[in-house]
Amino acid sequence: MNNKSFVSINDYSKDEILELMNTASKFEENPNQNLLKDKVVASVFFEPSTRTRLSFETAINRLGGRVIGFTDASSSSVTKGESLKDTIKMLSNYADLIVMRHPLEGAARYASEISDVPVINAGDGANQHPTQTMLDLYSIYKTQGSLDDLNIFMVGDLKYGRTVHSLLMAMADFNPTFNFISPESLKMPRAYTSYLMERGIPYYEHLEFTDILERADVLYMTRVQKERFADVIEYEKVKNVYVLRNAMLEGTKSNLKVLHPLPRVNEIALDVDENEKAYYFEQALNGVYARQAIISKVMDL
Amino acid sequence: MKKELQVSAIKNGTVIDHIPPHLLFKVIKLLELEKIKTAITIGNNYTSNKLGVKAIIKIEEKYFEDNEINKIALIIPNVKLSIIKNYEVVDKKVIEVPDKVVGLVECMNPKCITNHEDIVTRFKVTDKKEIDLKCLYCEKITDYNNIEIRK
Ligand SMILES: [Zn+2]
Repeated sequence: MNNKSFVSINDYSKDEILELMNTASKFEENPNQNLLKDKVVASVFFEPSTRTRLSFETAINRLGGRVIGFTDASSSSVTKGESLKDTIKMLSNYADLIVMRHPLEGAARYASEISDVPVINAGDGANQHPTQTMLDLYSIYKTQGSLDDLNIFMVGDLKYGRTVHSLLMAMADFNPTFNFISPESLKMPRAYTSYLMERGIPYYEHLEFTDILERADVLYMTRVQKERFADVIEYEKVKNVYVLRNAMLEGTKSNLKVLHPLPRVNEIALDVDENEKAYYFEQALNGVYARQAIISKVMDL
Repeated sequence: MKKELQVSAIKNGTVIDHIPPHLLFKVIKLLELEKIKTAITIGNNYTSNKLGVKAIIKIEEKYFEDNEINKIALIIPNVKLSIIKNYEVVDKKVIEVPDKVVGLVECMNPKCITNHEDIVTRFKVTDKKEIDLKCLYCEKITDYNNIEIRK
């Protein structure tokens, strides 16, 4: 088993997260570094995710590495009927690092056990997407100057949104306060609220936006997807309740930043884009630096 | 009649006592008792000071391996086993719930990689009272009511 792999956000301690924040900011200052010269990285996407793939491949290219791989399983003869085990065995012979996205949960952990080279999880089904979490953390770190003592609002689909779950777990070490705004049917699962309770971390649940928004340091928006509702009427009722509009940001703290993992549907009105508190586009760019930092950590560069 | 005589004594083997009656058939299936060729005595709905009613299984000439015993512990936490030699109880074991469960149980998450490739399942027991098993791969919890033993 290769223990340098990065499979789950829970693999990293508080100190390691802070170390990565620091490295990411160095890459932001100086993104083009030839650390991956003469290295080959396998970027294998068993399901398509253009956004994540381009971010990784940009990070690899800025580090001077070369990329092999495929962009979805159907376009690759390599995966036809072949077990994941055999595919990973082959790839770990070819490449110095494997970046893998897979629709099945736990696929990345399994790959990290088989592979002789480090594996970075670029998303395994609904389970983990730890590089997304790292870029969220870096965005918070960068805009707030620290990860400590922040009041974090999470809005929308808190039940199925894996990004909010991973972010919650990662932030738990930094003395946060949480406010959750979601429809009843998409509430933060009990597994997470009881985790907060055990650790004495305050959290508050709301059914809609209220004036307490003025206390927020970070406003993390998510998509409320129609598919998540058993009842269409229920969706129609709530779909506009969780939309952030520019006027709602009046009176909020000057350091507030609005984050969103993208792509958005309608949960952030276009008039928010012009507000200097809107941060979601820069957030995406931070993904390149965060991924450069992660690659350099797992590769011992 | 003395309580111990509710089920006849065995000469050599194992007695599994204090089984809650509703779990008796699950235990039988779990331990694959149908594959055992020696004499097996199964008693159900006996009176018990502790449980009200209980079930007992007595198996002649059978001593369980640790991994077989771990299976029982997942279904009946803190079950009591008596090892019998020459009609005497030579050892009594209370089987505690293990910290880790390897290869025994199916992950209940249909999208888990372990249900799609030939992989030995691995779980961490995150709650020994309720019996919650956290999959090392997909990180989902398989709870007590969904525990299925791997074929
Ligand atoms: Zn699993």
